[in-house]
Amino acid sequence: MARFSKPKIAFIVLVSLGGLLFAAPNFIDSKTDAAVPDWLPHKQISLGLDLQGGSHLLLEVEVNTVIRDQLEALVDEVRAELRKARIRYHGLGRDGASGVKVTIRDATKTEEARGLLRKLDAQTTTSTDGNTIHVTLQESAIRDRRNAAMNQSVEIVRRRIDQTGTREPTIQRQGDDRILVQLPGVKDPERIKRLLGKTAKMTFRLTDERGASLDPSRPAPAGSQWMPSTDSRSGPAMFLVKKRVMVSGEDLVDSQPGFDQRSGQPIVNFRFNTRGAKKFGAATAANVDKPFAIVLDNKVISAPVIREPILGGSGQISGSFTVQEANDLALLLRAGALPAPLVILEERSVGPGLGADSVASGKIASGIGMVLVVVFMIAGYGIFGLMTDLALIVNVFLILAVLSVMQATLTLPGIAGIVLTIGMAVDSNVLIFERIREEVRGGMGPISAIDSGYKRAFTTIIDANLTTFIAAVLLYAFGSGPIRGFAVTLAVGIVTSLFTSVMLTRLFIEIWYQRKQPKELPI
Amino acid sequence: MRPLRLIPHDLDLGFIGKRKYFFVFSSVLVLLSIIVFLINGLSYGIDFKGGIMIEIRTEKAADIASMRKALRGLQLGEVALQTFGQPNDVLIRIQRQDGGAQEQQQAVQKIKDVLGQGIEYRRTEFVGPKVSSELFLDGVLAVTLAIGAILIYVWFRFEWQFGLGAVIALTHDVISTIGIFALLGLEFNLTTVAAVLTIAGYSINDTVVVFDRVRENLRKYKTMPLEELFNNSINQTLSRTVITSLTTLLALFALYSLGGPVIQDFSFAMIWGIIVGTYSSICVAVPLMLYMNLTRRTTLTGDADTASGTS
Repeated sequence: MARFSKPKIAFIVLVSLGGLLFAAPNFIDSKTDAAVPDWLPHKQISLGLDLQGGSHLLLEVEVNTVIRDQLEALVDEVRAELRKARIRYHGLGRDGASGVKVTIRDATKTEEARGLLRKLDAQTTTSTDGNTIHVTLQESAIRDRRNAAMNQSVEIVRRRIDQTGTREPTIQRQGDDRILVQLPGVKDPERIKRLLGKTAKMTFRLTDERGASLDPSRPAPAGSQWMPSTDSRSGPAMFLVKKRVMVSGEDLVDSQPGFDQRSGQPIVNFRFNTRGAKKFGAATAANVDKPFAIVLDNKVISAPVIREPILGGSGQISGSFTVQEANDLALLLRAGALPAPLVILEERSVGPGLGADSVASGKIASGIGMVLVVVFMIAGYGIFGLMTDLALIVNVFLILAVLSVMQATLTLPGIAGIVLTIGMAVDSNVLIFERIREEVRGGMGPISAIDSGYKRAFTTIIDANLTTFIAAVLLYAFGSGPIRGFAVTLAVGIVTSLFTSVMLTRLFIEIWYQRKQPKELPI
Repeated sequence: MRPLRLIPHDLDLGFIGKRKYFFVFSSVLVLLSIIVFLINGLSYGIDFKGGIMIEIRTEKAADIASMRKALRGLQLGEVALQTFGQPNDVLIRIQRQDGGAQEQQQAVQKIKDVLGQGIEYRRTEFVGPKVSSELFLDGVLAVTLAIGAILIYVWFRFEWQFGLGAVIALTHDVISTIGIFALLGLEFNLTTVAAVLTIAGYSINDTVVVFDRVRENLRKYKTMPLEELFNNSINQTLSRTVITSLTTLLALFALYSLGGPVIQDFSFAMIWGIIVGTYSSICVAVPLMLYMNLTRRTTLTGDADTASGTS
């Protein structure tokens, strides 16, 4: 029998003890953990959202609106430039997804116009096609703009979520236009979704006084637009609002919820920066006794009348809010506006109750599964089965240890993976023991039968495990969320079970054999 | 204590001799699976179909009828309610809403408004059309690539005949698993795809063990007729095949009965897959090789470790 060398024994023992040590933090509560010296491992397995409760949200940033906004602005600039130069044109508008086109009436002026338009924006290219000039945004410009919009969106989402007091959120950019948000333990996912669903672009504008006498179903007069009110009970359903913006939300530095001193109604107090305060002061001074509109995402949330110039740079919004609405509005204004609207593509929220139930049933299922397999192996292979069982228990600790050290996320399908591994891990030993039985029947002595059993079963074991490993790797590559957790435990289980079922059981058998020196193997 | 022997070592069952019956049985199984799949279709979960699923727990036994009436009143299209586990656990499924993602969110909010207070929202899942079609494609891709990768692996380790036999058996297992899901109307979702992939891994694992023995015997017994040689190989590995399947099934039965509702369908698929996978390794993969023009010469070039018997 090929005896293990001392370093080999040391390795096997060290790995097994290491497994116990690194798995240990998962079995003690936080109080005991605090008493454990710092140099010992403290990392616990992190539970997936499906086990600890929480929300998983996949958001899409509609980045194309950013480019569209930019093109709209370019259209305005082209119009202004051509008017200034007194060049007559027609057919001015967006041209596909990345450009603007305009046709010059007087063919002789096309080149002059092109020269002017070329200077508008360094990141555009111009081309002519007869009398028509195309101004196209460069690829790189579009890419940069989209990229900037994405990074900004991630930042705003992070600020909004941080403001709600969610602990340890994960906010990651995914691909070109997606953001993955994971919120462990969040109690009210609906509120978060409401907060993320708002772009929160706020503007202060004058209302058009002709609005009261015009029909909202007819097109608005030039320079103004119809906007719905969020509060139609105490005012008109539609407001006619000037397009020109007095001050925008970008100039806000702070906003806090509060209560109106007279009416006790929830309100939002806000404060502008110096620039905003100046603009707001000038605009209100020039329009005393006129109504203005506070517009949020193209809806009028409040339309008060300017009583006196507001020069201090701070004011309040009262729009018959509930306390929650005032809180949320203040939060949105503090965190800033999103550059583009967000859409929720996928949501998976699990309440804490279900998570705890899943953990409990997972524990019971693995416990019972383990006991069944342990009993079965002892019945099938006697003392050899018992050694397999010991190795199996070490295997479970090793899986837990690897998951803890890797800080891999354990999900409900992940628990299923562990249970499945318990069932399949003994396969290698079954292969080995069946081989040993055959060799014994073939007339081999105990030592050579054991040797030959391990040696000849080994290639089969590798083949069998590698194929399952391939399936696990593909599951990880293409799976999402909880399924990945399954792939991880399956893959980790295959590797650890190779160690325990081939090396550890061999060591057990060798120790047993040295002490008993049996003439015949009880297998 | 004398270990108990489930399979006597001298058992000699004529698997290869009865191969015609197995082929007929398997063909019928695969055909029926395809027919049931075409007629019934799979009941895709929201992972692949998109839609909304809400799991709630009420304080007292749920009044499904009045809930259903209230939710139908919202006109959200197809609404399905069912209790599961306990009488106060209710699963609500709502079809994908017309319009964009915003409409879906509003639907969730409406449902929560209608159901009112005193309800624990244990799970809320919403999958939009974009994501559901991506998930579906990823699932199909994963299963296809897994079968492809396994084919390549077996082809490298053995001869192409073994690879082909293994993949036919594997496809047989996957199709019949899909068939049973279509027949019983079980929900087919991401977890089921995980189960199918695991079945693929397990089934091939079983097949490879028998193949290893076939290859070894081909080297050892140079003149034995293939039919007899295949049959011996199956019988020699039968004890291992049965015992491993049993231990895995034991663990899975524990999961099935105690693992909770989410894991139940997964465990069911796995239990089915392991039974079918074990059967197909023995009764489909190996007998098929008789028809694949396997020559002994090719098998000798595979591995330097020629089995020199038990010296």
